[in-house]
Amino acid sequence: MKAAARWLAGLPAYLWSGWGAAASLLLCLALWEWAAGLYGDLILPDPRAALATLAGLFADGSAWPELLVTARRALAGFALALAAGSVLGVAAGLSMTAAMMARPVVTVLIGTPPIAWLVLALLWFGAGDGTPVFTVFVAAFPVVFVGALQGARTVDGQLAELAAAYRVPLPMRLADVYLPHVLSYLFPAWITALGISWKVVVMAELLATSDGVGAALAVSRAHLDTAATLAWILAVVGLLLAVEYLLLEPVKREVERWRGAA
Amino acid sequence: MTRAAASPRLAAHGVGHAYALRTVLAGIDFDLPAGRVAALVGPSGCGKTTLLHLVAGLLPLREGRIESDFATPACVFQQPRLLPWKSALHNIAFGLKAQGVARRERERRAHELGLRVGLAAEDLEKFPHQLSGGMQSRVALARALVMAPDLLLLDEPFSALDVGLKAELYALLAEHLAGRGMAVLMITHDLMEAVRLSDDVLVMAPDPGRIVARFELARPAASRDDAFVYHRTAELLQHAVVRESFGLPPLPAACTTPDGAAAGGLRVVARGGHPPPAHRGLQC
Repeated sequence: MKAAARWLAGLPAYLWSGWGAAASLLLCLALWEWAAGLYGDLILPDPRAALATLAGLFADGSAWPELLVTARRALAGFALALAAGSVLGVAAGLSMTAAMMARPVVTVLIGTPPIAWLVLALLWFGAGDGTPVFTVFVAAFPVVFVGALQGARTVDGQLAELAAAYRVPLPMRLADVYLPHVLSYLFPAWITALGISWKVVVMAELLATSDGVGAALAVSRAHLDTAATLAWILAVVGLLLAVEYLLLEPVKREVERWRGAA
Repeated sequence: MTRAAASPRLAAHGVGHAYALRTVLAGIDFDLPAGRVAALVGPSGCGKTTLLHLVAGLLPLREGRIESDFATPACVFQQPRLLPWKSALHNIAFGLKAQGVARRERERRAHELGLRVGLAAEDLEKFPHQLSGGMQSRVALARALVMAPDLLLLDEPFSALDVGLKAELYALLAEHLAGRGMAVLMITHDLMEAVRLSDDVLVMAPDPGRIVARFELARPAASRDDAFVYHRTAELLQHAVVRESFGLPPLPAACTTPDGAAAGGLRVVARGGHPPPAHRGLQC
C-alpha cells in the first residue's frame, strides 16, 4: 500500500525525467528522416511512412496476433532462463569450486553466437515453438547466471556474522540479509536478459517459424516492403522500451530505494 | 537451572585458539558475573577480537571451556554493520525480529530505544547511507540494547568516533548499565575507555594472546569523573606489565608503581604468567 502510494507520488518526476529520453529518441527520428531524404523510399522510407504502415497493421488487426505470439515465445524462454539462471547461479556462487568450474562454461555459452544455437535448435526441435524458446533460453541464461553468481559470491561476510551473532533463523537470514544483496545484482541482469530475449526471438522466428514478428519480417523482406519491415521493427523496439521503462525500471527503483542514488 | 537463576556468569577456562599453525590465544581464564563490566585491553593483534568471537559463538571453540548462563547475549561490532536496505528503525528491530517478536511490538520498542539513544524520529525512517557515522553507531548500539540483553559483548564499537561522540555514547551506555544487572565484556585498545566504563580491566599481551594482569576499579562507573579517569589511566600506564604488553619502553625504576600499592581504587588482583612452554614451540 505504502509502496503503491510512493510509486504514484514518484510517477510525475519519473515521467518528467523522460523528457531527456524523448529528446534523444526524437533526434534519432530526425536523423532517420534526413537519411530517408538522401536515399529515397525504396532503401529507407521516412518515419511517417513507417508509422503509417504500423498504424495500418494495427488497424487491420494483423499486428497484435503476431506480437502476442512473439511475446509468448520470448517470455517463455526468458522465464526459463530467469528461473534456471537465478537458482543455479546462486547455488554456484555459494561454493568456490562450483563458481570456478562454472566460469569457463559460461564464457563458452556467452561466446557461442545465438545463430549457431538456432541451427542446432532447428535440427533438434524443428519448426515450432521449441526452436525460438530454446534459442532465447540459451542466449539469456548465461547473463542471468553470471549476475546471480556474482551476487551470491559478494555477500558481505560481516553481515553474515552479524546474523549469526543475533541467532537469526535461516528463513529470515535469506530474506533480510542475503536476498536484497543478491537482488541488486540480479535485477540488472534480468533487464539485460529481457533485451536479449526480445532480440533473439525475432531472429529465431525469421528462420524457424511461420508466425510471429520474425516471420512477418521475412515476408516483408520477400516483398521488398521496406516500410513494413521498419514498421515491425518499430513495434518490437517500442514494446521493449515500454516494458523496460514502465514496468521494470520503476520496480527496480522501488526495490533499490535503499541505495538512494536518485 | 537453579544456579543460573541465582547469578548467571560467564567463565572461561584454559581457552586457546590457533589459526593454522599460529597460536593466537593461550590459557585464557576469566570470570564475569552478572552486573559487572570487564574490559579486555591490549595492543592490536593480541587476539582480543578472536576471544570475543569465541565467547559469542562465532568461532568454534577448540581448546578449553567457555561456560555461560546468560540467556540473551548481544553483540556490538567494531563497524556498525547495518543492513543497508533497511531503515534505522528496522535495523534496530533486527534482533527482536530474529527472536520472533511481533511486528508492532518490535517497532514500538525499537522506536522508543532509538529516541533514547539520541536519534530523531525522522532519522529512524532513514536508510544507513543517509546517516552520519555517529548516528550509525547509535543505531548499532540500540540494536543490541533493545534486546534487553543480560550479556553485552562490545568489540571496540567506539574506536572510529571523535571524542565528543565517544563521551556521549559512554554516558549513554553507563546510564543503561546502571542497576540493570547486565554483564558486559568489552574489547578496547584504549585504556581510558576501559578505565571509564569497566569494573575489571584485563590486560592482554600478544604472541600468543594471554591475560597478563587484572586490575579492579572500586568506584562505580556512574560516579567516575574525568579527573578519576585521567589519574587511573596514567597510573595504569605506569605498571610494568601494562607497558610491556603495549610495547612501551620500561620506566626508570624510581617511577614505577609497585604492584598492590593501591593508590585509590586501582588494584592489581592477579598477574598472569608467561605462556606454557608447549605454546612457545608453536610460535612462528
